[in-house]
Formats: sequence, structure tokens, C-alpha cells
Amino acid sequence: MRVFNYPLTKLLNYQILRKGQMAAPPNIIVVGGGLAGLAAVIKIAEAGGHVDLFSIVPVKRSHSVCAQGGINAAKNLKGEGDTTWQHFDDSIYGGDFLANQTPVKAMCEAAPAIIDLLDRMGVTFNRTPEGLLDFRRFGGTLYHRTAFAGATTGQQLLYALDEQVRRYESEGRVTKYEHWEFLSAVIDNTQTGRGICAMDLRTMEVRTFPADAVILATGGIGAIFGKSTNSVVCTGSAQSALYQQGCCYANGEFIQVHPTSIPGEDKLRLMSESARGEGGRVWVPKNKGDKREWKSIPAAERWYFLEEWYPKYGNLVPRDVATRAIHKVVYEYELGIDGQPMVYLDLTHIDRETLDRKLEGILEIYEKFVGDDPHVVPMKIFPGMHYTMGGLWIDFNQATNIKGIYAAGECEYNYHGANRLGANSLLSCIYGGFVAGPQAMQYAKNNAKSTAAVSSAAFDSERKRQEDINIKLINSSGTENPFRIWRELGELMTKNVTVLRYNKNLKDTDAKLVELLERFSHINLGDKSMWANTSFAFTRQLYNMLQLSRVIAQGAAMRDESRGAHYKPDFPERDDKNWLKTTKAKFAADADEPRFEFEPVDISLLPPRPRRYDMAK
Amino acid sequence: MAKTVVLKIKRQVNPDAEPRWEEFELTWKSGMNVISAMMEIAANPVTRSGQPTTPVAYDSNCLEEVCGSCAMLINGKARMACSALVDKLEQPVRVEPLSKFPLVRDLAVDRSVLFENLKRVKAWVPVDGTYDLGSGPRVYPTEQEEAYPMSRCISCCCCMEACPQFNESTGFVGAATIAQVRLFNQHPTGKALKHERLQALMGDGGIQECGFAQNCVEVCPKDIPLTKAISDTGREVMKQAFKDFFRG
Ligand SMILES: Cc1cc2nc3c(=O)[nH]c(=O)nc-3n(C[C@H](O)[C@H](O)[C@H](O)COP(=O)(O)OP(=O)(O)OC[C@H]3O[C@@H](n4cnc5c(N)ncnc54)[C@H](O)[C@@H]3O)c2cc1C
Ligand code: SF4
Ligand code: SF4
Ligand code: FES
Repeated sequence: MRVFNYPLTKLLNYQILRKGQMAAPPNIIVVGGGLAGLAAVIKIAEAGGHVDLFSIVPVKRSHSVCAQGGINAAKNLKGEGDTTWQHFDDSIYGGDFLANQTPVKAMCEAAPAIIDLLDRMGVTFNRTPEGLLDFRRFGGTLYHRTAFAGATTGQQLLYALDEQVRRYESEGRVTKYEHWEFLSAVIDNTQTGRGICAMDLRTMEVRTFPADAVILATGGIGAIFGKSTNSVVCTGSAQSALYQQGCCYANGEFIQVHPTSIPGEDKLRLMSESARGEGGRVWVPKNKGDKREWKSIPAAERWYFLEEWYPKYGNLVPRDVATRAIHKVVYEYELGIDGQPMVYLDLTHIDRETLDRKLEGILEIYEKFVGDDPHVVPMKIFPGMHYTMGGLWIDFNQATNIKGIYAAGECEYNYHGANRLGANSLLSCIYGGFVAGPQAMQYAKNNAKSTAAVSSAAFDSERKRQEDINIKLINSSGTENPFRIWRELGELMTKNVTVLRYNKNLKDTDAKLVELLERFSHINLGDKSMWANTSFAFTRQLYNMLQLSRVIAQGAAMRDESRGAHYKPDFPERDDKNWLKTTKAKFAADADEPRFEFEPVDISLLPPRPRRYDMAK
Repeated sequence: MAKTVVLKIKRQVNPDAEPRWEEFELTWKSGMNVISAMMEIAANPVTRSGQPTTPVAYDSNCLEEVCGSCAMLINGKARMACSALVDKLEQPVRVEPLSKFPLVRDLAVDRSVLFENLKRVKAWVPVDGTYDLGSGPRVYPTEQEEAYPMSRCISCCCCMEACPQFNESTGFVGAATIAQVRLFNQHPTGKALKHERLQALMGDGGIQECGFAQNCVEVCPKDIPLTKAISDTGREVMKQAFKDFFRG
């Protein structure tokens, strides 16, 4: 069967070719074509390297297209005296002092030039009357610091980088492998990354690819929580695979939840905070199990819980507070609409003209996907898992702890501490890629023993390992449906490992995860064909999601404090004395579970101070 | 009995296999769209008549109509499956792959032709490099407002599927690519390649193939002003062809 039989000659030819041309440019593999991956590709191609670019989806369809709000840079074009130092201070403060300060400062300093570059590449940023870049305000700052392109900033940024990469592709400096999935790294006996093992998602062929360095830029992990604001391919599977091969995973327990998303059967779509800004009111029926339609519930039987609990701020309490309150009402009081995890966000008392003038765009999204008109029917919303601050551990040069393997973008942990500020992620992705690309090139040039000189044994055995996993899966004859296990995983993680965290629930969650892993070994693949078998690929990812979930749940269980997005009602305060440190998970292969160690945080520039948003800093 | 939804899905296990239709009856859920219905099928892959089957293969990613992955024919119309709400569709909902692109499996097709076309017309701004060269060119709000709608093209290929001229015999590039030419030709730096882009649209398969049937604008999920882009670009191509002719 051809599928399992990669022609070895191809690999050998490649190596002979490379040995023959002594001055061959470094060949770098970039996995992932979101903002981070593409940023790295551009830097490498520009510096004369060659890139093999791998992505599950055509890179132009990566999750980065979903970002709406904008990207931060202290350009100070509004006469406010904004500085990169202020941006740095806001980011560290917003992250509750858990982020390493040196790289965050460097990112904030690089931001204005990054915006200029994107502008030169043709991003259709909104402009001022003078033809300059326009900036808007965003959460966690008092400055107009966010550049934006309508309501589709991420899409515009991704396209700009995609176009530059297409240019390099047409010059032969980039080879794309779209519809290919990274399965694992090829690591030789000196613990050095030498390339990757990947699967063609159409032929299902498993192949190894040598490289002088590898950069992982595989994005978020939303699918671990079942439904999230993330795209479908954001499973964290690649990060998990690397973690299981020895890469450290840092601060996994820090998960950002956005208070208002639109629950859907398939995903949670973001609903902007501005709906509450314009007077939207959040409520649930007062009586448990009230099945009446919203209209027939009189005012006296509606519970405007945010207004009752926080009379001063009402519906406009900060994100994390709103998120926690909604969770409490749904899970502790069991008052979600129709017994479902949802509450009303009601705009029906506001006149149509005002709504259309101020909120038109976002109300259209709601109508398009829910089918109800929010002018006349209250929206149903619920907090949604949105972003992972944690990710692969890297040093200040984006290098993981395995030589030759780098990481950039949402899949690494370096820039957001315990909580990410809005519009800082797009920045950290591009910046991280811009650091990782040149660092990987430098490494490739300096590396004494090139990959071309590595024996093929490391490649063969990794391919064999992956093929064996495939054979085992295909032949598995249990009764478990992978999509149903996934649903259970998502419900479990969302319930216990997002907003309110209790140690008992976290421990139970981990026990349940072990159970799910055990059930995974009795999986039954209804589709055993070897052509474009999407459920097969998904099932492989599911295993990795389960493994990574344990890192998140156990990390959360251990951290007995509340910091940024991590909130434990039993430990409501931040505890710098014991917990101002980075969590590092390492996979113990023999025990099949994570082991943890901790590392001090770089606080060389700003001494930690309490984080409060009820008063000026 | 609970309210249900019926889907008729065209299946084909590989490019060489015979297509066949399968019918599914699912419990209705509020807000259901064609993708969530297929997720439902994946969790319980059994046809309406009780036959076990395989999960349906299809492309999707963002699920909010911005990545361009999930284009298919739904009740005969080229559109994005993730924003196709079942409540607004006539039942049974007929779901088929796009017909003008090589089939991969079930509803997944290969649309790389559009990306190749974008390469052909050099759909990029030729920047000098990524080093810091200061701010970009000034762009006035009116210019931004003209460019922005075209920059929202999600490369879904619905416009090409619906176009009567887009087929193997014409080799027509299609509306999306022409709109991108328009976008880059009006950018202050992008203009540098204007000539080459217009030349790429001349001759067979170029802009002349368009018969202005306007099917493309009707199906475009992003309401991109395609006919305007085509007629503007058409004029530019004519001018360029004229110039080239006299220059010899
Ligand atoms: C709805 C929404 C709105 C947002 N709005 C903003 C905003 O306004 N501002 C902001 O700063 N941030 C925002 N964010 C966050 C931001 O969009 C993301 O953090 C960022 O886009 C991540 O980019 P990335 O390059 O790391 O990964 P992605 O864009 O997710 O790309 C990942 C890439 O990796 C590939 N990949 C994954 N796994 C594999 C594998 N195993 N093998 C091969 N390829 C693989 C994928 O195909 C893809 O190409 C938002 C997030 C969401 C969900
Ligand atoms: S106007 Fe008609 S012929 Fe021209 S691109 Fe659009 S659909 Fe095709
Ligand atoms: S122009 Fe419209 S229909 Fe055509 S590819 Fe772009 S978004 Fe899709
Ligand atoms: S899944 Fe992205 S457009 Fe439908």
C-alpha cells in the first residue's frame, strides 16, 4: 500500500543534492501559516533561506482571519503622549505581572515599525482625514493605541503577509504544503530537532521532511474546550505532540474567556462589548426551569443580576467580573435560559434608530448566524473560551528547550502573562515570527553538524512510530465514537477549567481525563478509508487534546491563588510570595502524565504592584 | 415527535468513485446551520433509513464566514455552509460540492486555481523589504473606503462557480482575481506592477471572456462590487492593450 510506503529514494536524493551544493541556503520548516508563521516565513525568505511551509488549511484560511478589533502600537498619533513604555506598562499590568518583562518591552518597542510595515504592504487600515493611520481605544489602556481595518483587522493583516509569501513562493523561495498536518518533530539522538513528520490529508501518506531548523506557529487550542471563539483547526494538537516529545509547556492554566459570545451549535461567535456600552441589559428568568418565551416573562420575574450585584457599574463591569457572574448564575443557580448555558443580552428597549447608528455591524452578525433580529428579540449570550496565554515554553529568542525547534504566535507562552490585553495578540504573533525567523536562520548557519549529515535512522524511526499509530487506529475495533468523546471533553473542560476553578473539580477533571484517554483506546473509526479521511485526522488530534488537557487541569489545580484569568474562589488573592512564577510542564513518558517545575518570572523592569481596574493606575 | 431537519447530501468517496446521495434526518436545534448539521452527523453517522455510514468530508475553519473554506452548493446555490441557516432553507436541504473544481471527497473540492491566478497577476504590493522604512504612503479615507470592500474577498470561489464563462474551455480567470487586480492597481505602491497585471488579464482566459452576466455579484457572500471592478479593470486593460499595440 503506497500510503504507508514513502519512497526512501526521495529522501536520499534530497540529501545527496544538499550535500553536493555546499553553499545551499538553510532550509527551514515553518509549521502554520497564521500571522506568526507567515511573519517568520517572510523574514527567512528575505534573508536568503528557503522555507517549507506546512499548514492544515490553505494559509489564507488560517484562524488569524477571525480577529476583528485591531492591533496595538504606541504610534502616538493622537497627541496623547503615548509611549512604548506606557504600552509595555499596560501589557505587564494587564497580564498581572506574570509575563517576562524583557521580551514584552522589546515587542512594544518594535510595534510602531511593524504597523508601518503592514501599512506599506497595503493593509487597508482606517485613516484620518489627513490620510494618516487612525487609532481606536481598546480594553486595558487609556490611550488610542489600536490600529484597525474596519471590523476585519486580522483578515487584512493575514492577507498582507499571505501576499508577500505568495510573492516569495513564485520566486521559488517558499514551498507550500497545504492540506498537510504536522504529526511530530524528528529528533535525533543528540536531542536536536532535525525536521518533521507530517501527513498528507488527502492521500493520508506519512512522510518525514528534513530541515536545518523548525518553527512551530500552530495557533490556539480552542477545540479542547469543545466550543470556543476559535476556528475548527485550533486544536493544540501540534503543541501537544511536541510536548509529548519533550518540549516544555508553560502556564497552560491561563485561559482567557470572553464574557459575551453567541452560543452556537458549532461555535461561539464573539459579540462585542459595545452592545453593553450602548445600554444592553443582561438578565435571566428568576424561576428555575421557566420555559416561557421571553416576552411572556414580566419584568418582576426577570433577574438583572449584574445590576443587582454591581449597582455602580451595572452591566458594564470589567470582562472577568461579568464572565464570573454569568457563570455563577448558570452553573450555581442553574438559571440559564431553558436550562441551557445562556443568558439574555437585551437591546429591545433601545430604539431602532440608535441601534442602527451605533451597532449595525455587530447586530448583523448576530442576525446572520442566529436568525433572530436583536432589535426585537433579546440576544442569547454566554462567556466563551477565547485565547490561551499559555503555550510552548520558549526562551527570549523564541527557542524551545529542544535544540533547533522554535515557536511563535498563540502556540507559545511568552507575551501575555496571566491575561492578554485586547489587540496585543496580533502584535505578539507578528513580532514573535519576526524574531523566530532570523533566530532560526542564525541557528541553521551556526550549527556545526548540518541536518544533511544526520543518518536517516532518526527519520525512519519517527515515520515508523507515526505509521504504527495510524495502523493501530485504523484497526481499532471498539465502540467509542471520537466526536462524542470530544463533546464530553469540551463540556468537562468548559465547566471546570475556565472561569471558576475549585480544586476538587479540577482533580475530578483530571481523573475524568484519564478515563477519556482509556476510552480512547477503544475507539471505533467508522471510516477506515485512506483518502481524505477527515475523521481519522481528527481522531489523532483528539488524543493530543486529551493529553494537553491534563497539563491545563493539573496546572490550574496546583496554582493556589487568583491571578489574571485564573480565578479560584477559595484563593481569591494574588500570591506573589508563592506564585509569582512560570509553570512548566514536562511530559513523563513512563508515567504518561505531566510533571511540573517552576521558573522565576523576569521582573527586571517593573516591580509588581496590585492590579485594580476600579481606579486609575 | 421532536421537530426534525432533513438533509440530502451528495457523497463521493474519491474523485474516481461514483457519486451517490444520502439522506439524513436530524433533530432540529435552534440556530442550526449546514456545518453544525454535519457535525451532528459525524457524532452519529447513520442515514435516515438507519444505515450506518461515514462522517461527511468537507472543508471548514472559521465558522463565521470569513475564512472562505466552506463553499458548497446548497439547494443549488453556491454559498458558504457555515452561514447557511437551516431554518431559512427549503427542505430537504440539498448539499452538493461545487461543480467546477476538482473533487477531493464528498463536499471538499480543490480550489487552488484561485491561488495560482493570484500568483499570475502578482496580487501583492512590491515592498522593498521588511526593515524599517518609516510610515507608508498617505491614503485618504475616500481611497480607503474604495479599497476596503475588495480587500474583504475570502477566496471562496462562489463567484467562479456561478459564472457561466468560468469553465475549462475558456480558462477564464474569474471575477475574484480581476477584483484583486483592481485593488492592487489602485494602491500607491501596488501600482508599480499595474502594467504586468493588466497584461496578465489580456488574451484567452483573460478579462475579455466576461460576458457581464452578473451572476458573480449575486452570489458573493462579501458583497464585493465585482461588476464595477470588472468594468473598471476592463477599461484599463483596453487602454493598456492600445498602448502596447502602438509601442509595438
Ligand atoms: C474571534 C476572535 C477575535 C480576535 N480578535 C483579536 C483582535 O482584535 N486583536 C488581537 O490582537 N487578537 C485577536 N484575537 C486573537 C488572535 O486572532 C490569535 O491569537 C492569532 O490570530 C493567532 O495567530 P497564530 O499565527 O498564532 O495562529 P493561527 O492564525 O491560528 O494559525 C495557525 C496555523 O497553524 C496551522 N496548523 C495548526 N495545527 C497544525 C498542524 N498540526 N499541522 C500543520 N499546520 C497546523 C493552521 O493551519 C494555521 O495555518 C482574536 C481571536 C478570536 C478567536
Ligand atoms: S459578470 Fe458574469 S461573466 Fe463576468 S465574471 Fe461575473 S458572472 Fe462571470
Ligand atoms: S469575490 Fe466574493 S464570491 Fe468571489 S471569491 Fe471573493 S468573496 Fe468569494
Ligand atoms: S468556515 Fe470559514 S467561511 Fe465558512
